[in-house]
Parts: sequence; C-alpha cells; structure tokens
Amino acid sequence: MGIAEFFQHLTNGLTLGGIYALIALGYTMVYGILKFINFAHGDVLMVGSYAGLFIYNALRGDASLGPWVLIAFFLAMLASMVISALLGVTIERVAYKPLRKATRLAPLLSAIGVSFILSNSAAWAFGTNSKKFHYPFDNTPFVFKGVVITPHQILILSVSLVMMVILKIFVDRTRMGKAMRATSLDQQTAMLMGINVDRVISLTFSIGSALAAVGGILIALDFKVYATMGTMTGLKAFVAAVFGGIGNITGAMVGGILLGILETFGVAIFGIPSGLKDTIAFGVLIIILLVKPAGLLGKDEKEKV
Amino acid sequence: MLNFFLLILIYSGIYALMALGQNVITGYGGMLSLTQAGFFAIGSYATAILSTRFGFSFWATLPPAALLSALCGLLIGLPTLRLKGDYLAIATLGFGEIVRNVLNNWDSLTRGPMGIQKIPMPTIFGFVINPYTKYSFLVMVVIFVAIAYVLFQRLARSRMGRALAAIREDEIAAEAMGINITKYKVYAFILGASVAGIAGSLQAVFTLSVTPGTYTFMVSVMVLCMVVLGGMGNFKASILGAFIIQLISYFPQLTGLTSVIPPQFKQILFGLILVVMMIWRPQGLLGREEIRYGNEEGEKA
Amino acid sequence: MTILETERLTRAYGGVIAVNNVDFQVEGGLITGLIGPNGAGKTTLFNNMTGLDTPSSGKVRFMGKDITGYPAHKICRLGIARTFQNIRLFKDLTVAENVMIGRHFKTGKDETKGRFLNALKSYIHLKEEENAIYDKALQWLDFFDMHSYRSELARNLPYGKQRELEIARALATDPQLLFLDEPAAGMNPQETEHLIRIIRKIRELGITVVLIEHDMRLVMNICDSITVLNYGEKLAEGTPTEIKNNPLVIEAYLGRDE
Repeated sequence: MGIAEFFQHLTNGLTLGGIYALIALGYTMVYGILKFINFAHGDVLMVGSYAGLFIYNALRGDASLGPWVLIAFFLAMLASMVISALLGVTIERVAYKPLRKATRLAPLLSAIGVSFILSNSAAWAFGTNSKKFHYPFDNTPFVFKGVVITPHQILILSVSLVMMVILKIFVDRTRMGKAMRATSLDQQTAMLMGINVDRVISLTFSIGSALAAVGGILIALDFKVYATMGTMTGLKAFVAAVFGGIGNITGAMVGGILLGILETFGVAIFGIPSGLKDTIAFGVLIIILLVKPAGLLGKDEKEKV
Repeated sequence: MLNFFLLILIYSGIYALMALGQNVITGYGGMLSLTQAGFFAIGSYATAILSTRFGFSFWATLPPAALLSALCGLLIGLPTLRLKGDYLAIATLGFGEIVRNVLNNWDSLTRGPMGIQKIPMPTIFGFVINPYTKYSFLVMVVIFVAIAYVLFQRLARSRMGRALAAIREDEIAAEAMGINITKYKVYAFILGASVAGIAGSLQAVFTLSVTPGTYTFMVSVMVLCMVVLGGMGNFKASILGAFIIQLISYFPQLTGLTSVIPPQFKQILFGLILVVMMIWRPQGLLGREEIRYGNEEGEKA
Repeated sequence: MTILETERLTRAYGGVIAVNNVDFQVEGGLITGLIGPNGAGKTTLFNNMTGLDTPSSGKVRFMGKDITGYPAHKICRLGIARTFQNIRLFKDLTVAENVMIGRHFKTGKDETKGRFLNALKSYIHLKEEENAIYDKALQWLDFFDMHSYRSELARNLPYGKQRELEIARALATDPQLLFLDEPAAGMNPQETEHLIRIIRKIRELGITVVLIEHDMRLVMNICDSITVLNYGEKLAEGTPTEIKNNPLVIEAYLGRDE
C-alpha cells in the first residue's frame, strides 16, 4: 500500500470514527452515571436526524446551495440538538427514573422497549422509505497530495472535533462538569455533598442525546434518514464506548476513532467483504471483552467483597 | 376464522418453546440474552437443509437441530458469560445479527436471501402432519410444549433451579456456597438455545420454507416480551405470555382491521409492554413461581 | 494441628500492598480472631484464603494441600465456608431456600456411580431429594432458633437475624473451617450475646472458626488465639491476654504517646 493510499484510508477511517465517537459519548456518559446501557440512544439519534431533516428542508425551501442553505443547515442541527436533548431527558424521566432502585435487568428491558417504540413509531409516521439529506454545500471531492477528500469529511472532522473539545472543557473545567464526575464516582456521596443528582442525570442525557443528533445528521448526509438508522450505528458506537473503556469520556473518543480506522482498514487491507463489515465491530467487542474487559482507558473494577 | 385461530395457537406453541428457553436464561438465571432469534434460525435451517438435501426425516433433524443450537449457545456463552449483564445483552444481540448475516451470505448452503423451499412435511407412522389442515400440527406442537414444560419445570425445582436463583441474586455469594457459576450459566444457555432450536425445526415444517427475513431481532424482542409479560421465573407464565403476544400480533387480522391499524402497531405495543411492565408490574402477570417444600402447607394450617 | 496456613501471602493492587508477607496459622478446633485497625488487610486476607481473590505471591494451604488460586466454589467444596462483612444473602429467596443453597454440592452424590447416573437419579427422585435437603436446612434453622422464619424472604428479616442466617447458610455446606467476617457488626448487645453462644456451639460441633471482629469484648471473650494485622502486615499473635498486653498492639490501636 502506497503512502497516499494509506492516508486515504486513514482519512476515511478518521471521519467514520469521529461520528462513532460523538455517538459513543452518549453511551459512555450515561453508563458512567447510571451504570446501564441506554439501548434507546441509537433511536434518539434517528429522531434527531428526522428533526434536523425537516427543519433544514423547511428553512432552505427550494434553495439547494448558497450561504443561506449552510446557515439553515447549522440552524437545523442546533434545533435538532435541542429536540433530541428534550427527548433524551423525557425518556429518562418516564422510562428509567422509576427503575433506579429496581433490579439491574429492569432499566435494560425498559430501554429496549423505548427503542422499539421510537423506531417503529418513526416508521409509522414517516414511512419506511429512506429520505435524502441534501448536502448544504457542493460536495465535489478534491485531491490533496494524492488523497481524495470530500468537503463532507472536513465538516465531520471539524464538527466532531469542536464538539469533543467543548465537552471535554465542560466536564473538566466547569462546576456542573465536576458535579457530573462526582456523581459518576459515587452517587450517594455526591447527593450528600449537595449535588442535585437528578439534574446531573438530566444534563447527562441531554448532552449525550444532543451529540447523537449531530452524529445522526452527519451520517444522514451520506446515508440518508430512515427509521432503523439508529440500530446498527448505535450498536457500533456502543462497541466504540466499550473499546475505549465504558464510563470514560476520553475513552469513548479514542475508541470511536480507533473503531472507525479498524473498520476502514479491515475492509481495505484484510479484504473483509464489505457485506460483513459490521461483523468487524462485533469481533472487536468480543476480543476486547475477553482480553481487557475494562477497555483501553478504563480501570478494572472488581466488586468489593 | 377457526383456521386463523388455529394458526395463532400453533405460533403460540412454537414461540412458547422459545419463551421457556428465554425464561431459563433470563427469568431464572437473570441473564439478558437477546438472541433467541439466532438459535431459532439455526434450528430452522438445520431442519430445512438436512431434510431437503440429505433426505433426513423431520424427526431425525431434531437432534442435530437442538445440538447445533446448543453448540452455538455454548460458543456464545463461554466467552461472554463472565461479563456483566449489559455486555451480555449486546454480545448476544450481535450474535443474532451475525447468524442472519451468515444465512444471507452463505449462498451455497443457505441459498442466501432466497431461502429454502419445499421442506417435506413430517410424517408419523405413515400419517402426514399437514400444516395446511393444522389440527394434527397443533397436536404435535402441544405435545412438544408439554414435554418441554414438564422437563423444565422439574429442572427448575431441582438444585439446578436453586443454583440459578442464587447466581441471579448474588454471584459472589453463590460462588462461595460451592456453586460453579460459569457451569450453571452455560447450562442455562445450552438449555435455552436447544429448545429454541427445536422451535425453529417446528417453524420450518410449519411454513415449509425458510428465509433469513423471518429471524430478525424482532423475534427475540417478542420472546422477551412473552417472558416479561407472563412473569420471569415462571414457566406457566411464559406459555400464557406467548399466547397473549401472539394474539396481539394477529389482532389486526383477527378483527379485520388491517387497513386501519398500521403494520407497526404490534411492535410499538411490544415496546410499550416492556416499559409499562417494568414500571408497574416487574414480576409479570403471574409473578415468580413459589416452590413449596416438605409439608409446608400443612404446617401453616 | 494447623489446618490452614498462609505462607508469605502478599496481595498488591497496583502499587498498594493490602497484605504483605503474612504467615497466618489456624489451629483446628479452636476459635481464632483476626483483628486490626480499618484497612489493615483483614478482609483481603479472608478473600485470598477463600478464593474470591488471588494472592500476588505466597501460598495458602488447607489440611496440607496447596489451594492457592483455587476458585471459590472449589475451596468451599473442600470444607471452607464463609460469611461476608456486608451481608450477601439471596435477598429475594426464602430463609429456608438460602440455607438449602448451602447444601448445593452435598446433594445427589454417590461416589460409586458416574456423574450422569447421579444426575439422572436425582432427576427421577427429585421430590425425595428436595425434601431431604429441606429437612437438613430446617435442622440448621433450628440450631439458630430460626425455624419460624423459614418461609420469610431473607430481605424481610431483622438485621441480626440476617447475619445469623448467613452463618446458617455457610454451616449448611458442612465445613471444617468457618470464616466469619465481622459477624457482630451492627448487632445490639442482646444479639451479640446470642451470637457468642452460637459461635461457642459451632466450636462444640468440631468446626474451626476464624473471625474478623471489631467488638473487642466479643473477641477477647471467645477467641482461643488472636492474630493482629496492621498496614497489611502481621503485627502480633497470641492468646487474648498476651495480645491485650502487647505494647505494639496498643500502639497500633491507640497511637503512640508522644
């Protein structure tokens, strides 16, 4: 493989990984605090994508290119983030909060239920045909030192980078971020220290859901919007979160990007048929769980006896 | 109409088998497996391939179908059972998807998306169990469910059932009481998988054709719903749950309202059942089965 | 006779050494106390001897047999049972069922026949076998005067009874050696009195007892021998009187007089 080809795959892997990372953050943050997998996360992403699509189309009207279309795109993304955040918080309030003291299986089962409700309601309301999400710019690829890059890839990389930097600063530097970290370490103690745990949980869900919406829209530009779009994407993002170490925010970013790169190179180098591309993620999952269940950056946590 | 009701009963029976297996894994063992559809598919394809290609009779396909499913249960079980519940759910979900992927892509064996048709009907002493007339088929399914129920019920009331309960309640304490937890978890998985494989065989000779599209994640969720609705840790409840869920599934056709009720109606309802049951009645309609020992009832009087 | 001993047992978690080079001996038929300030490594030592944790180095021997690194269920089958500091009952099972689980590996064994035949036999004679286990469990409940609680869920028992139930469950495995991790924690004086009587009764059955305890009155009252841990190391061992007067021990508990 030549240098140019290598960088080509790397670019493709990085962009794919950037999206996984954005979505993985939602899984990891919720897991960090509530210790359960939010199965409905992928479906929140789907709803966010639909919301973004409708708002975008309404705002841009007949225009297909131009500065206003680009503004409309970002406005739609912002609106979809808000809508998804609200949805995420509502789901938590209705379907998970009553189960905080229940058995471990209960919130998981409830989450599977929510996921089913969302994806099937969307199929019912918006039909089973996928809807195209028009690029808000001319997506003609250009060649940079032998590497083909699309403007879409630049959008993905810059948006995910900005989002992750903001999140990292928020979690590491602000009071609310500190409250989040405290809650994930020990909910009981955080509560005794005067942290409003309910608010922290709501905040976690809203941030995670908003990031998922961004991820969804970025994917939708290439792969359209449809009711089950969240399932596979969500699963892979979850694998990314486990890969990096579930509950660890930096881990989710690293895991997402690595998974994207692994998938791209798996198809390019090892000649894994692209029909079985999805199997790579599960292979990674099984291997990680066997070799280092805590993930790359996670700490081994043994139950205290 | 009667014919239609028979169909619902037959499907209730086939799914009840899967639900019994799911209940061993989830209700008794406390492990969330999302892959009954995968084992179901393996059983179906085993029967389909063995009977169309190799001339096996239906009955002769049953042991390999169950064994193959059990083997896959072991395969998925061994590496993942050491993991916490949430990971197990994802890993098993992934396994189900991989099975479907393989069925879709392994053309030389499974004929890919086209599936396998013209599966011979089962016969017994020269009598053909014809799925179109349904009565004899229903009798066969009921016998299968009854046998599985009795076998499982006895196991649940033995020390195996108690060991699984202990593992569900507290793995560390169970281990400290001399219970080999990995062994029992794998047992539960093998049992759950093999009975789902048998259900798959029945499905194959009921529809007389198999295609990968039948064995989706939706099937796993339906089975899960049956167990949750009826009651975890109660086999009677799983059978009841299977019947209710099938009734809901065919509600639009049953009432002739197919044009009014959207096709997604049942899936949305399944989702609602999971959420609502968890919040308001996590023990299910019938609740966990209590076991009485000795002459307890007499003592209480 | 020493029935259990550790040889230079060390357990480190990353850079933190929880137990350091500890030689610990348990004499058969006696009650041995394991004491020391919080964080001295007592529970870690317990976990390493009962298979819930694996030593970083060193050995554990039970009846002369090296059991280092054995899984917990195997160690239990060899005759070592335990309770937990923070009560780990099967909360949603009945009191009787909790004790019955202790009989798990004691059932359906006939050494002259293979595993399959045994399994088949217990499958066929299920009812009798289950009733036998139940009766055995009731005997242990009688031992603790808990017969009347048998059909209650374990979670509904008063705290002191939960601790006793855990001991009953451990005894149901017919151990030679019983580890009790802070059995009196959270008990009121009457409950502690009852516990002391029970522990003495257990010794009368010929079962060796090792207990971690902070209640010094209980420890000095019933232990035949005491080992003191401090900062993961063995500080002292001896009879209660020796320990009471050992300046090192007094210093570890009360701090040095400047």
